[in-house]
Amino acid sequence: MTLKTTVVVTALALALVGCAEKAQTAQTRKSDSKPWDGASTTEFTASGWKAGDQASWEQQMRTRAQGQNEYSRATP
Amino acid sequence: MARMKFICDAERCIECNGCVTACKAEHDVPWGVNRRRVVTLNDGVPGEKSISVACMHCSDAPCMAVCPVDCFYRTDEGVVLHDKDVCIGCGYCSYACPFGAPQFPTNGTFGLRGKMDKCTFCAGGPEANGSDAEYEKYGRNRLAEGKLPACAEMCSTKALLGGDGDVVADIFRTRVLQRGKGSEVWGWGTAYGKPTGTKS
Repeated sequence: MTLKTTVVVTALALALVGCAEKAQTAQTRKSDSKPWDGASTTEFTASGWKAGDQASWEQQMRTRAQGQNEYSRATP
Repeated sequence: MARMKFICDAERCIECNGCVTACKAEHDVPWGVNRRRVVTLNDGVPGEKSISVACMHCSDAPCMAVCPVDCFYRTDEGVVLHDKDVCIGCGYCSYACPFGAPQFPTNGTFGLRGKMDKCTFCAGGPEANGSDAEYEKYGRNRLAEGKLPACAEMCSTKALLGGDGDVVADIFRTRVLQRGKGSEVWGWGTAYGKPTGTKS
């Protein structure tokens, strides 16, 4: 293989690799859904609250946070 | 309404990097990107202090202020998130952030600096909650699953607390009042009890 062929093949390979770059399509920021709406799959969802109910989600957050409080888990 | 915050207790952090590992595993974070890391002051010197640092989800976030394409937004829970489809990877947020939270993976085809990646407080991004698209770009959305951030929930010494700012502040306050300060916090007496015949 000549040097010229090698250079051409390398240039073509690099050009093709460039096609894998993802295009920048979004122009404006998308709006986000609320966490209390729940996840699309319930496989990993914690029990004790109801999706769509903001009050139950907030209570779940407070209850869950107490898992980090050893003084509420065991008497010192 | 909750306002999500992290608190790290420097008296408890043992620099195990469990939070870092939990974050990387939970969100499948690529090599070279650390959404969370442990910083140690006076490393190797008796009395060294460690603290786990990530995005602090600032109330007046400088990253939001400097972003030229306005890709950041703050949720009702006070979590600062961004839209990777809008981010251009310029790095301004990296210069503005006092905590070094914004990370830039080299995930382009030619290894160029990619779109910014940072701690999401396990709240995903603007894609549908729990969707594959959200996981690919931002990782798991634990808040939508009724959970708190993985780093805080699995911290072995509970040095890192995460959740509603008022709740975690109460937990931290209770702890500090219980344990006292100075030599009462750690040392021989705390580990093995006071010598007999002395007043506590």
